[in-house]
Amino acid sequence: MKKSKLIMMLGSLLLVSLFIFPLWNITLEAPQYPEPLGMDIWITKIADHNPNDVKNINLMNHYVGMREIPEHMKEFDIFPPVVMAMAILGLLIGWKAKPKFYLAWFVLMSVLGIAGMYDFYQWEYDYGHNLNPKAAIKFVDEVGKPMAYQPPLFGTKTILNFTAHSYPMVGGYLLFLGMFSSIVAYYISRKEDRDDALGGS
Amino acid sequence: MKKINKTAFLLLAISLIVGLTSCVQDKSQKGALAGSTAEKVFVAPGEYDDYYAFLSGGFSGQLAVHGLPSGRLFKVIPVFSVDGEKAYGFNEETKPMLETSYGSIPWDDSHHPDLSQTNGEIDGRWCFINANNTPRIARISLKTFETVEIIEIPNSAGNHSSSFVTENTEYVVAGTRFSIPVPQKDMSIDEYKGNFKGALSFIKVDPDDGIMSIEFQILMPGFNYDLSHPGRGKSHGWMFFSTYNTEEANSLLEVNASQNDKDFIAAINWKKAEEYIKAGKFKTVPTKYAHNVYDESTHSATSTMEKTVRILDPAALPGLVYFMPTPKSPHGCDVDPTGEYIVGSGKLAAALTVHSFSKMIKAIEEKNFDGEAYGIPILSFDATLAGTVQQPGLGPLHTEFDGKGNAYTTFFISSEIVKWKLGTWEVLDRKPTYYSVGHLMIPGGNSRKPFGKYVLAMNKITKDRYISTGPEVCQSAQLYDISGDKMELLLDFPTIGEPHYAAGCPTELIHPYTQKIYKLEDNKHPYVTKSEHEAKVVRDGNNVHIYMTMIRSHFAPDNIEGVQTGDRVYFHVTNLEQDYDVPHGISIIGAKTSELLIMPGQTETFVWEPKNIGVWPFYCTDFCSALHQEMQGYVRVSPKGSDVPLKWSLDGEDL
Ligand SMILES: [Cu+2]
Repeated sequence: MKKSKLIMMLGSLLLVSLFIFPLWNITLEAPQYPEPLGMDIWITKIADHNPNDVKNINLMNHYVGMREIPEHMKEFDIFPPVVMAMAILGLLIGWKAKPKFYLAWFVLMSVLGIAGMYDFYQWEYDYGHNLNPKAAIKFVDEVGKPMAYQPPLFGTKTILNFTAHSYPMVGGYLLFLGMFSSIVAYYISRKEDRDDALGGS
Repeated sequence: MKKINKTAFLLLAISLIVGLTSCVQDKSQKGALAGSTAEKVFVAPGEYDDYYAFLSGGFSGQLAVHGLPSGRLFKVIPVFSVDGEKAYGFNEETKPMLETSYGSIPWDDSHHPDLSQTNGEIDGRWCFINANNTPRIARISLKTFETVEIIEIPNSAGNHSSSFVTENTEYVVAGTRFSIPVPQKDMSIDEYKGNFKGALSFIKVDPDDGIMSIEFQILMPGFNYDLSHPGRGKSHGWMFFSTYNTEEANSLLEVNASQNDKDFIAAINWKKAEEYIKAGKFKTVPTKYAHNVYDESTHSATSTMEKTVRILDPAALPGLVYFMPTPKSPHGCDVDPTGEYIVGSGKLAAALTVHSFSKMIKAIEEKNFDGEAYGIPILSFDATLAGTVQQPGLGPLHTEFDGKGNAYTTFFISSEIVKWKLGTWEVLDRKPTYYSVGHLMIPGGNSRKPFGKYVLAMNKITKDRYISTGPEVCQSAQLYDISGDKMELLLDFPTIGEPHYAAGCPTELIHPYTQKIYKLEDNKHPYVTKSEHEAKVVRDGNNVHIYMTMIRSHFAPDNIEGVQTGDRVYFHVTNLEQDYDVPHGISIIGAKTSELLIMPGQTETFVWEPKNIGVWPFYCTDFCSALHQEMQGYVRVSPKGSDVPLKWSLDGEDL
């Protein structure tokens, strides 16, 4: 089998790792938490990084009126079939289709990925802004607006006494690697075509 | 100025007690003020101590957990005395821990902590400690730092030569200081001699869960059994007890028990005892003793009254016990890490006596006896003697070892620690203590593997050492660096109660394995409430059971109505937190008991018997969170027979 095909197929298979590893992680550091609190975001759930972390994040956050981290979200129903479908599609493309479809798969993955990030951002926005009006503690920012507690989409941010970190986890990195593989496969296939052409003349 | 006073006092005290002595006060104490000395005990903020030290609380009945080298006090573990701070002995769950055959007892005198061992080395699992007054042995979990078991010792009185652990924690051994009629009976005290007995108890420890059971007692002649230590290495299988009052005096012991030139160290062959037990050579006698066990899944203790004990008679069982004559009322009876030397500190003697285990075995084989006492062979003094440390000081009490061939002995009267060499018996160094040292402790001291970096001296008297607190001042501990040729005083810190003895070990044997929370899902307390929705109030005749939860920063329910005067109200409170170091407390106005201090995931119960109608507040007693002051609630109490219905709520909603 051609190297390009193999890379394309392996790359699509990497998507399946999202069922085995978490995609993303948000970690909260504070002086009283020498072991930081963390939540791991999977395509099927939001889970404790260390035992009881989600419960303890909820406990901290309820003082400022943030809702509890949901046990179930509609995304947990949508993501798994979409990821599985894209993995199968990628495999089929790698196996049968012309290399230019590798790029098409990449573009489709990127669109879905951006949609996913946008969805994540919206949830974060809502989580950080939509506060219980009866909250015990109501902070305002410099201009007197109610303080928001939205975690960063990507990177590190200070929220009151916490420093919040938002970064991909193993599943996320493997997803990027899988997507990147499709581009690599495309370029290799072009080189293979050139070599074939040279060899054939 | 202060220095001069102190020296003057010391000299005066010493000359008053014994006249001229060889003791010379060392002035190296000045070195303790030097900067480099301070650095040796400085544990920077956020850093950990290198060693745990478990100091007995003496007449406080408790066990104190300190760190070394800093000396900082981390926890006082309630063991034999009630503790209102931790609700020990006050909440329904721990009340059974203090049950005895005499009923519930709120206090005792705790003496000698010892740590569990595997293959002669400290394994960091449990700490054992004895109650002296009403004889008991407690086991403390070093995962939770809570007392998890207490077993009463029958036929015993003044449980002093306890609680020493054999090298695989096969047994915790407990000996009686006072001999008594066994079984107890109404008889003339003057008939003591020949009629009173001393029981030495061997308490088996289950290797998996640590549960203790009295395997057998050896019924010895009516001497006083003062201290004991297990053999180790080559002498594993033997246990050594110091005795005094072999005169069998029953009055004015300070004179009458000090007449014999030599008392004994009793060598007990407990492997032999096991054979006799197997062969059925014991007598099962009726008695009564409490066995109290705290269950870590129900968070509750139960007390069971045991009814019999197996007794071995050393006069009838050859090879079980031998006496080694030891000068002048020996107190400490300490075995070196190799198991070869048994040091007897004749507290009224001018020299320290050291017996040799191998010579003892040879003397037994050769029947080198010097008579017998109550059918127990007395080995000839010269046959077991390994050597004597001449003129070491005054009033020797206890010896520990550094694992490098040196021994350290405390001298109560001359108030000093003396370092000497095993084998050559020469004195190498001496340093004063402030004042009147009793026990000393080298971490790992009672094991094959001492950690010979520090020795901790525990002093009975402090007088002018600290800022005054009136007539009653603290006792103290002093830390010496023993890593060099000469001991160096590093630190002087106050202790709780009376620090009789201590046990210590490196931090890494315990710290990484400690428990942080109780898992809520594993909570099997019969009155647990695992979520706020399950909170409720149930009436059962005059008993009202409140199933309550606590979490930052509220109780559920926090408004309760329908309680009546004359009710017995049980607050069963579960801390729903699952985060490290988030305890909550609770108490209610007029409660005739202590607060509860409940760890995350734990359930505890207190009883309140409201006498007056009204609306009575309760609140969280531990500053738990930013809104701790808001953590409160009310119970409405109506007159007896009132038709106010039982009702409970949180934020206006029924739960
Ligand atoms: Cu609280």
